Amino acid sequence: MSDTHSHSVAFVRHDQIPAAPPPAGETGPLKWVRENLFSGPFNTVMTLLGLYIIYSLVVGIFPWIANSVWGTENIRECREITQGNGGACFSVIEQRWQQLLFGFEYPSTQYWRPTTAFVLLFVAVAPVLFLNLPRILLVFTGLYPFLAYWLIWGGTILIPISAALGFVVGYFAFKRLEHNSFATGLFGAVAAAVLTWWVTGFLVGAAPGLIALPEVASRNMGGFMLNMILGTICVSLSLPIGIALALGRQSHMPIIKWICVVFIEFIRGVPLITLLFVANVVLAYFFPPETSLDLILRVIIMITMFSSAYIAEVIRGGLAALPRGQYEAADSLGLDYAQATRLIIMPQALKISIPGIVNVAVGLFKDTTLVSVISMFDLVGMIRGPILSSTDWAGVYWELWAFAAALFFVVCYGISQYSQWLERKLQTGHR
Amino acid sequence: MTIATDPPKESFRLSMLINDTRYRSYTFQAIALLALIVFFSILGNNLAQNLAAAGLNISYEFLGDPAGYDINQQPIPYDSQSTHMRASIVGALNTLIVAFLACVTATIFGVIAGVLRLSNNWIISKLMSIYVEIFRNIPVLIWLIIIFTITANVFAPIAEFRLPRDGSDPERTLIFGMMAFTNQGVFIPKLTLGDSGAFVIYAFLASILGVFGYRGYARKKLFDEGKTIPVLLPSLAILIVPAVLMYFALGRPLGVDLPEMGRFRFEGGLQLRTSFIALWFALSIYTGAFIAENVRAGILAVSKGQSEAAAALGLRSGRIMNLVILPQALRVIIPPLISQYLNITKNSSLAIAVGYMDLTGTLGGITLNQTGRAIESVLLLMLFYLTFSLTISALMNVYNNSIKLKER
Repeated sequence: MSDTHSHSVAFVRHDQIPAAPPPAGETGPLKWVRENLFSGPFNTVMTLLGLYIIYSLVVGIFPWIANSVWGTENIRECREITQGNGGACFSVIEQRWQQLLFGFEYPSTQYWRPTTAFVLLFVAVAPVLFLNLPRILLVFTGLYPFLAYWLIWGGTILIPISAALGFVVGYFAFKRLEHNSFATGLFGAVAAAVLTWWVTGFLVGAAPGLIALPEVASRNMGGFMLNMILGTICVSLSLPIGIALALGRQSHMPIIKWICVVFIEFIRGVPLITLLFVANVVLAYFFPPETSLDLILRVIIMITMFSSAYIAEVIRGGLAALPRGQYEAADSLGLDYAQATRLIIMPQALKISIPGIVNVAVGLFKDTTLVSVISMFDLVGMIRGPILSSTDWAGVYWELWAFAAALFFVVCYGISQYSQWLERKLQTGHR
Repeated sequence: MTIATDPPKESFRLSMLINDTRYRSYTFQAIALLALIVFFSILGNNLAQNLAAAGLNISYEFLGDPAGYDINQQPIPYDSQSTHMRASIVGALNTLIVAFLACVTATIFGVIAGVLRLSNNWIISKLMSIYVEIFRNIPVLIWLIIIFTITANVFAPIAEFRLPRDGSDPERTLIFGMMAFTNQGVFIPKLTLGDSGAFVIYAFLASILGVFGYRGYARKKLFDEGKTIPVLLPSLAILIVPAVLMYFALGRPLGVDLPEMGRFRFEGGLQLRTSFIALWFALSIYTGAFIAENVRAGILAVSKGQSEAAAALGLRSGRIMNLVILPQALRVIIPPLISQYLNITKNSSLAIAVGYMDLTGTLGGITLNQTGRAIESVLLLMLFYLTFSLTISALMNVYNNSIKLKER
């Protein structure tokens, strides 16, 4: 073909023209900006509005940070240095960080103890949070509560050891008696544990100073440490109670069901503050006259009740989401209620409810700040009370609240990011 | 060949209470009931002993005594000679006021943020994510105190609104001549009712019902006869005309009382105190972040096929949203939304941290401290919140059942 025309056509191109580049507006960042930021009049207005908001935030915050002052003794020196240029006075955090973190009565020579407990907390929760870590680490998780108690409260190491020993003996008693029935195992374990504690009680009484750390009373706990203590203890205690309540609410036994329903609905219907009032002024009336529980313990009881009701509702959601067939399959295998719950139902229900449990935990951790209302000196209480009312630092609001907000943000955002990661990992279905 | 025999007659043995599934549940329940009774009798016994030791008793007579303290926001008439009972009612009304207003504004914040977070506009969606994450991850108490500090320290002091003696202009004037943001609260115009002013309000409320009636009629006409009649303009007319006619016919009984600068303070108008403003704003912006997440989840829960199918039917985008997406998204959004409203009501008890006199501040705060009636006051306090929550939950269940997908 080409031969016949080659002489009559003036010019024949032998290679293809390279594709022209797309117009400048249809490629690269420009295209992205056009499509995402300025695709229409409404979007353009929104973009400009957003840029204005960012601009005013930066303009507002930048001089505050750029002109900030460190290393002064009190707010008057700060004001002399800043001369009204809007700089922050971060010296307050430098001067008072120990109070903010540990409260003002925890002996300052012992700060390494709560710090160690805090660091070890990460080691202890790691195997729970990340399932691909070796399971042997769970042993440390089990030991952690006793270790942390010893580190933070001090006293002889015999107390936590004997407490742990009681649990270990109880566990082996349970393993031994379990094949009879679950209930026998449980009662046997409780009996064995109580017996162990009774025996070791004499031991502790005999050697009260063995490997002892200086004791720190509960009322001396304060600052962010108090928030961490309350949050960790209450969440971990409320998990088993919440599971029991959720199972009780699903139960076919009317009396047990109604006990659980009334408890859960009552706790969920009232604000946490009223429960803290109970801890503060009412709860002492319900204990035998000669006992005197300190405030932190009463608060732990009430917050644990509070969070276990919420966790119970989350787990109930997980139980309800399990297909009916799972229960029937467990029944048809001949498993009894305890076995079916432990081996078939709970592992799946808990997996479904992990994000919800994490949400409750984050919410609870934030709610521990409410204890400042009943005049306990947690982080918020420390700032509102001793620090802002001291003559040195009266009026340094923004720096302190920004510090408190940052601490809570780091912890809560971290936990919620973990929860989202886990949710993605556990997601087996698709939409 | 087998012969079916009757099962041997079993006699009841004691061990069957534990081992036989027919009886076991009765055993457990009996044990639980017994444990409960023992538990409560121990508590009651301790309580009686402690009260006797302290020389106290349980009595609600203190509710009839004069309260003797002042409340700074009074929806109903109250003075320091009124009873503790009345102080508690004032507090409860204050709780309901701030909770209701915060629910409304939190919904507005939440819906806007939730929808904008799904926007294609990168800047806007990132800004909204930042808003949601920052507010969700910092305790509401800290937000409340921060906002309270802002209102008390950043807003201008009242002195700057005062007319200087030399007759020059004051440093600040009212915004639009109507509003003033001061460090003692926000001053806004107040609606004043004349003698027959209530009738205008009634007329307006009736016309709101009328609008719903008219819209129902228009829909019925569309479905029955296939005719569309105009809706928007007649609705507006029904809404406005009767109230306006009533207003002029009764001789303008409604008025607006503007705040004016007196010699030392504002006179007239309505003063929204700093504590109220801080609580209202903190609750709305904090809960708004949670509602935004619910709204986003609700919209994402409607599968993409639904909007594609609607588009394939030829619906325009506004109608796709109204007729297809929203009705399905609302089914997902509303239950968590209601529980957020309950959270607002419960969180409004944080008022005590900024000195807003809600029920926790009056009954659980000053009354409790003055009378020392801790058990009675805390019990009443819990009862109020519990009644409120359970009522809302009950209504919620009715609603949930009515919108439940009717399948199979």
